[in-house]
Amino acid sequence: MRTLDRKLARDLWRLKGQALAIAVVIAGGVMTLIFSVTTLEALSGARERFYASHHFAEVFADVKRAPLGALSQLQEIEGINRIEPRVQAAMRLSVEGFADPIRGLAQSIPDGRQPGLNRLHLVAGGLPEAGRDDQVVVSDAFAEAHGLAPGDSLEAIIDGRQVQLRLSGIALSPEFLYQVAPTDLMPDYRRYAVLWMNQRTLASAFGMEGAFNQLTLTLQAGARREAVIDALDLALARYGGTGAWSRDDQPSHRFIEEELNQQRIQATVLPAIFLTVSAFLLHVVMGRLIQTQREQVAVLKAFGYRDTELARHFALLAGMIVLLGWALGVALGAWAASGLAGLYREYFRFPGMPFRVPLWSLVLSLLIVALAALLGTWQAVWRAVRRPPAEAMRPPAPLRFRRSWLERALPPALLGHEGRIILRNLARHPAKASLSVAGIALSAGLLMMGAYQLDAVESMIDQQYRQVLRMDMELTFGEATPARAAGELRHQPGVLAVETWRRVPVTLIHGHRQERTSLLGMEPSPQLRQVLDGQGRPQRLPDSGLMLTRYLAETLEARVGDELEVAIMEGHRRRLTMTLTALVDEPLGVGAYLRRDHLNTLMGEGPAISGAWLLVDPDRQEALNAALWAIPGVAGIGLLAEAERGIRDYLDETILMVALIFVAIATSIAFGVVYNNARVAFAERARELATLQVLGYSRAEVSRILLGEIALLTLAAIPPGWAIGILFSRLLNQAFSSDLFRVPMVLTPQAFAIAASGVLAASLVVGLLVVRRLGRLDKLRVLKAVE
Amino acid sequence: MGDDKAAALEARGLTRSYPMGEVTIQALRGVDLTLYRGELLVMLGASGSGKSTLLNILGGLDTASDGEVRYVDHRGQSRDLTRASQRALTRFRRHHVGFVFQFYNLISSLTARENVAIVTEIARDPMTPEAALAMVGLGERLDHFPSQLSGGEQQRVAIARAVAKQPDLLLCDEPTGALDFRTGIRVLEVLESVNRETLTTVAIITHNEVIGEMADRVIRLRDGRVDEIHVNATRRPARELRW
Repeated sequence: MRTLDRKLARDLWRLKGQALAIAVVIAGGVMTLIFSVTTLEALSGARERFYASHHFAEVFADVKRAPLGALSQLQEIEGINRIEPRVQAAMRLSVEGFADPIRGLAQSIPDGRQPGLNRLHLVAGGLPEAGRDDQVVVSDAFAEAHGLAPGDSLEAIIDGRQVQLRLSGIALSPEFLYQVAPTDLMPDYRRYAVLWMNQRTLASAFGMEGAFNQLTLTLQAGARREAVIDALDLALARYGGTGAWSRDDQPSHRFIEEELNQQRIQATVLPAIFLTVSAFLLHVVMGRLIQTQREQVAVLKAFGYRDTELARHFALLAGMIVLLGWALGVALGAWAASGLAGLYREYFRFPGMPFRVPLWSLVLSLLIVALAALLGTWQAVWRAVRRPPAEAMRPPAPLRFRRSWLERALPPALLGHEGRIILRNLARHPAKASLSVAGIALSAGLLMMGAYQLDAVESMIDQQYRQVLRMDMELTFGEATPARAAGELRHQPGVLAVETWRRVPVTLIHGHRQERTSLLGMEPSPQLRQVLDGQGRPQRLPDSGLMLTRYLAETLEARVGDELEVAIMEGHRRRLTMTLTALVDEPLGVGAYLRRDHLNTLMGEGPAISGAWLLVDPDRQEALNAALWAIPGVAGIGLLAEAERGIRDYLDETILMVALIFVAIATSIAFGVVYNNARVAFAERARELATLQVLGYSRAEVSRILLGEIALLTLAAIPPGWAIGILFSRLLNQAFSSDLFRVPMVLTPQAFAIAASGVLAASLVVGLLVVRRLGRLDKLRVLKAVE
Repeated sequence: MGDDKAAALEARGLTRSYPMGEVTIQALRGVDLTLYRGELLVMLGASGSGKSTLLNILGGLDTASDGEVRYVDHRGQSRDLTRASQRALTRFRRHHVGFVFQFYNLISSLTARENVAIVTEIARDPMTPEAALAMVGLGERLDHFPSQLSGGEQQRVAIARAVAKQPDLLLCDEPTGALDFRTGIRVLEVLESVNRETLTTVAIITHNEVIGEMADRVIRLRDGRVDEIHVNATRRPARELRW
């Protein structure tokens, strides 16, 4: 077979443009798969390793205050493997040279040594020495953001007292892979810190000597998590337990889990879409490519080559192209994954996140594209090989041309000769024409999906930060505070408006479904934190009853008018029944909303608040920060502009990067399809075009026939391309909805324009390439010889 | 020439029709014909007389709608090609038949040597590509691509390709049709010497009456039937032909 293989190599070289275009299409599909799977595995692998080596707890429980003596009794609960008490408290910090307020979360560790669970991974320095009250370990992201090193110091307000702390070390923790302040969505390393201090120090600072306010524990193999949680809730109720919760509700774990879910979807939905499109295009393109080789097939058959030998030849041709595309896809996928892994290192604080392309993904993607190629090529090869050689060598009979209805409908003068040739060519091969249209439409659809991602994310952030969260600052009090504190806030420098809120942790139960969340009590008609309806209009809170985020209501399978059971997890533990009165549409997070006075009544308390939202004169922000520092009850201060910036940065870096990659792939695919269409059309018509030129048609006139055909196919593909784009976007939209965020289904005119202009631009470039080729066409040779 | 020679191929009552565009062409309407071992046969006919169809069926490229074709090998065993499977026809072409086409049908991505090699690689007892090309006078142009050869040279490569496998049957469809007079004579001389030196049965179809003079027998086809069979007393050397 040596000579046949040489022919293969030369054919491949001759077809390099087309082969490369097909390879790009395949590469697009493979790249999405490799990229998603590699980042997915890197992230989950790093997480699992860190969790295992540093004993990440499986269940957590918060109490108001429980004596250490209660531990031995808790240890008896069936299913608990290891249990560890600690003190956890919120505090405010300040670092020299940084004016903004900093929120801190302090956790105790056994004096001078590592905890048994949630062990720290020290990156610099060491643990606080036993007996030292001023030493502290801080989270590495915070230290990095402020350039802190062991030995540096920072100021803290602990329970109203100002204290000087000294860094003994810098650490990572499995509990804080994703370091985000409560109620924030995105990490802000400069304004949020996690600190670890000796048990004795923290306990005495917060009045917790001989006691704890948080439990962490692991379970025995085979233990039922829910049963342990129920038993803990029961046992801890007398100590002011606010409910035990599993890893699944642990913020850092949940965020990573959510990210992994996104990646999982990305690793299935997107490669599925791209590979389906690739397979389809491969089918169309290979079919037409082989069609142009039918005379050669006939000659080889005439000389006694077997069908299987010829099929192998073309299978190899397709195989080489597929292999090239696959290799390209793997390389690009690995490259993109390493880029994203770099970003992940920024957002998820792992000791190490080595990333490696999983072997199975290489094999799987190769199998998928090989199968696609097989499906795509098989039919065409078989058709070429099955034909009796004599028939293949006979000059093709003049094809049956007819006037199409379109041609009859148009005035003859409008069409001209070229128009007529174009229309009849397309009408003669309706299947071929519709396959081309479908191919171009699919790439337009992919483009639109990419554009949709960009638009949707923008619109999601706009809605959240322009319409829902309209405050500049969020203050959180250490504990429920009388509402008159709001009056004091109103007199602080630069404060333009104040609205108070009360937050109470609850479990919502509807039928057999339940969700942990919190009730947010607000003013009857909140201005700084709006609740929107389906049309984006602000709603008033009902006088009684509850409003739920639509996504939460759907998760609970609750409809407006349904009764919900509400288990209060703070203070006096009770179960209430409330009516779901309306739904709230908001893109980020989920919540349950009601009037604050109503919530106060339900809690059996006076007008108490958990925090306040402020509208601030930006020029006086610094003065306000200084004033708030002096107010002891404030446990945390959040800056909304910073939060928005954080989330925009994150999305810019991750989702937008991914979306841009997809737009790039979609454009390449569009180009690949149009280019192959045009090249095959050119090969099929070379004789006709040469004849016209010999008859005295100018190159421009002849070009118009080819270009006209490309243009017509592209234009015809745009409307179905939009339809496919809408479909793909809906698919993606549904796949990506979670309780953390729902991407709105917004398709802007720009998305439609990007889809259309992408394929038009691809067509234009291809048109220019084809016209150049037409100039090099050797008219006489084409006319004389049958290839 | 005549009945004293052994038959190589026998056709009886061949008919063939096929659709062409929107009409059905009745290409053969009952052809009886015998090809004898070692003879040089010229089939004459106007275009549309069915001569290409006949050649294709004799060579196992096409099958007849009705009738019978039998191939007789060296040992005198005869095989029916009419009812042979595609696989058997492929085997028949692979081992016994060489084709020369009017438009050469070389593979443009292969050099002269490789165009021959692609056939010798699958043959049982072939000449080397170099020897085959030397035979047609192209020993010097082994590594030229078809696009670098003249029409006559391309046709000679095609003949080298056809004879390199040392076929029993060499079937040539208008081998000089696309060539000028001088080149055409050169090509015919090659076919003549292949016939003489290797005793290959050669069948040439053409519409050029003059070529008939170099044949042992001339068969005239008209309207899908054998119109006349003429036996030449002596074969005229190809180089003496004029048209």
